[in-house]
Amino acid sequence: MNRTIKRAAVACLAMFALLMINVNILQGVRASSLSDDARNQRNFYERYAVQRGRITAGGKVILAQSKETKGDFKFLREYPDGRVYAHVTGFFSPESESAIERSENKLLDGSSADLLLQRGIDLFTGEPPRGANVDLTIHPAAQKAAYDALRESGKRGAVVALDPKTGGILAMVSLPTYDPAELSGTNKAEVFKRYDELAKDKSQPLLNRTIANTYPPGSTFKVVTAAAFLEDDSSRGADTTVPAPQVLDLPNTSADLPNYGGAACGSGQVTLRFALERSCNTPFGKIGIDLGYEAMREQLQKFGAGEPLAVPMSVVKSDFGPKEDAAAVAQASIGQRSNQMTPLQMAMIAAGIANDGVVMKPHLVNKITDSNGDTIDETDPEEFTEAVSKETADELTDMMVSVVANGTANRAQISGVQVAGKTGTAETAQGQQPHAWFISFAPADEPRIALAVMVESGAVRGGGEATGGGTAAPIAKAVMEAVLK
Amino acid sequence: MSEVAPAPVPMPAKRRMAQLVMLAFAVLITMGAYANVGLAMDGAIPSGMLTYGLSLGGLMLAAYLVLAKFAPWADPLILPLVTLVNGLGLVMIFRLSETDSDLPSATLASPNTQLLWTLIGIVLFSLTLIFLRDHRALQRLTYTAGAAGLFLLVSPLIPFLGQEINGARIWIGVPGVFSLQPAEFAKLALVVFFAGYLVAKRDVLALAGRRLLFIDLPRARDLGPVLITWGVSLGILVLQKDLGSSLLLFGTFIAMLYIATQRISWVIIGILLFLCGAVLAGMVFSHVQLRGAVYLDPGNPELYNAIGGSEQLMQGLFAMASGGVLGTGLGQGHPELIPLAFSDFIFAATGEELGLTGLMAILMIYALIVQRGLRASLAARDPFTKLLSAGLSFLLAWQIFIIVGGVTNLIPLTGLVTPFMSQGGSALLANWILIALLVRMTDAARRPPPQAIQNEGMTQVFQR
Repeated sequence: MNRTIKRAAVACLAMFALLMINVNILQGVRASSLSDDARNQRNFYERYAVQRGRITAGGKVILAQSKETKGDFKFLREYPDGRVYAHVTGFFSPESESAIERSENKLLDGSSADLLLQRGIDLFTGEPPRGANVDLTIHPAAQKAAYDALRESGKRGAVVALDPKTGGILAMVSLPTYDPAELSGTNKAEVFKRYDELAKDKSQPLLNRTIANTYPPGSTFKVVTAAAFLEDDSSRGADTTVPAPQVLDLPNTSADLPNYGGAACGSGQVTLRFALERSCNTPFGKIGIDLGYEAMREQLQKFGAGEPLAVPMSVVKSDFGPKEDAAAVAQASIGQRSNQMTPLQMAMIAAGIANDGVVMKPHLVNKITDSNGDTIDETDPEEFTEAVSKETADELTDMMVSVVANGTANRAQISGVQVAGKTGTAETAQGQQPHAWFISFAPADEPRIALAVMVESGAVRGGGEATGGGTAAPIAKAVMEAVLK
Repeated sequence: MSEVAPAPVPMPAKRRMAQLVMLAFAVLITMGAYANVGLAMDGAIPSGMLTYGLSLGGLMLAAYLVLAKFAPWADPLILPLVTLVNGLGLVMIFRLSETDSDLPSATLASPNTQLLWTLIGIVLFSLTLIFLRDHRALQRLTYTAGAAGLFLLVSPLIPFLGQEINGARIWIGVPGVFSLQPAEFAKLALVVFFAGYLVAKRDVLALAGRRLLFIDLPRARDLGPVLITWGVSLGILVLQKDLGSSLLLFGTFIAMLYIATQRISWVIIGILLFLCGAVLAGMVFSHVQLRGAVYLDPGNPELYNAIGGSEQLMQGLFAMASGGVLGTGLGQGHPELIPLAFSDFIFAATGEELGLTGLMAILMIYALIVQRGLRASLAARDPFTKLLSAGLSFLLAWQIFIIVGGVTNLIPLTGLVTPFMSQGGSALLANWILIALLVRMTDAARRPPPQAIQNEGMTQVFQR
């Protein structure tokens, strides 16, 4: 029987060999694809196993932090004042995250290669691994002022403010907003249900209107048209005379471009400054036609539009519109037709003019510190584009100061501070109220803040150019005051 | 060529000291693992550790003394190896029960009961060694064992005696007082029966028949025993829905039949019969069909969400995958997420925390136990001992292959206990008796034959 017993022994060994090979394949080869499976609850626990870093503003104010708890989920995310900062911090849900929580995820959860050294030290000292802290350029008072003022208008809208010298984003508010805490719980069913509700909500509370959506900029775009006009010939200035007919006859079409409400604009020959103060349509439409599509589009690109941009959340592209006929150029030159801008792009235009013609790269992250508070990385201000010459910037500033002092934007005046600005009332779809816009910066001689305010359907149809300024300018004023005081 | 004196046959050493050291080592590893669980989960050495250590260590010492007295020539490796896997199983169950979770894998894990069963198992091991001085006594009980095995198999179906727990009618006992799975003991009785029966009938089964192509086919009327066993296995499948036991019994019988008769045709007939049974069962029973589908595509979301689908298998695979090569460390994974982590899936739970390294070690230990048993079979001097020890060793190996292969998706999952590790008293007791029988037979196999008396009147042999 020994022959068969030996064979049986070989068969038994073969069975064990098969088991061992299979276990090796499972735990060595297939391990990573298996453990990444969404049905593997461990990934879920692991998300909460590390103390995620804080998100702060101005180094002090805590926007998001992880608190230790008992149970399977060791650390839970908290958002003090969550609704105010929702579109900046984003949320940290069981299976995904958004905004800063998403773009800085690897630093926050400590898995970034930049933290390798720290992790190595933690391993030896027995410290639990902790994520890095992310400090933002957000100015808490400006953010709060923007949130409160925009909320008071009762409308949907966006406010985005920049430090024109550095490009740091001082305020980023989009309404309606949501409470990130509701999307950051550990009860998957609850979170997903709430997310679905928010995603299906017609008012789009999850949409960051400052960077993730574009709107026709209306008359605020006339600043860009004026810039193109001045850049075209260095002898031109704020007091150069431009033709301002009551109605601009658009070539090759039966349509005309009138001024707002068909009103006259001065005597028919006005200075550029006067045209901007009154926000006349015909002079800027004519300038657009004279300069042509390419020159207009190029000037806009010099303000940074069309360049890929991440702040670190990616920003959708703003565009002058496709090349069509002269009539289209005229309409796009006053911020209508296919002209589509993000509020951030309009803030960059204001900031570029404020910063002697140089647009600084907008960014949210100020610095990254490890759990001991040591700086790992700090953002250096970076030039994004050169929009206009210093001379042109000065002329534009001069005119924008007049707009606030004497023109449509008198509601943005701050006593003791020179404010430069431009209002806009952007026609949208038929039957809807136009969007109210305001871009500005202050103080005009030494700018510390540049911003864009957009209030969806914030103006009254037929209410005149001033209605846009009437809604949006006070919001901008509140934000500027918060930074300047 | 010069004449070479035949090498003296090496005398097997008793190696009692080595066994004692290894046994202490096995108990120490277990205690270290206990401490590890406590430190990882609560930051302190578990409070009951001294009791655990003393009771396990004390009983192991007692078992060792019994073995040294009543089976001095026994294989020195088997007892320490079994102690180690049993200990690791206890630690895993303890670890699961420590989890702060409402999941059944955490709440149903009962380490104290399992420790009690382990202690009873060791006592049974010792008693078997003390009272069964010569295992060949079992040969006389061949048909008794067969009848007892069959009775134990069907006993859960007897009204009042049998109990239905969790939908499976494989228990007997008094509800709330105690319950046993008689099938676990039936396996032992049936292997004893197979060994005795095959020793008696092997000549007929081996020789009669005719040759067809390259295979010796047995006579049709000799197919009886195979067909009967096949029928009984199918009966288990149909009446008790116990796929694992059915496959275990049939496979062991075929292996023993092959060992006894040296006829490969029995294996072929066995495989053909198994395939018939599998196809029949697949056609008749939806749960068998589902198991097949799950085996082929466990990740399929539809199968994953089906009742009795692939969720538990996938959760086991997730656990092993997250363990990786070195494991998460005891107490630092989430094995409670695997359904039945304390019983059928304890191998996957161990794989999560001890990793590939730990699983390879455990498989190696099992392989060693089986090979030590088969070694005894090779060295044994009579056919009954050979068949019984080979049968019991194969039973163990086959059972491990079925359950571990099922859990790791190597073969379709059928559900059996992982010997010595899974929670459950009946299997533990039966397996400790199995080990006692193996130890008894290694003792017989390694014991030096009585020396012939050489000096009997100086008999002279002349060559003319």
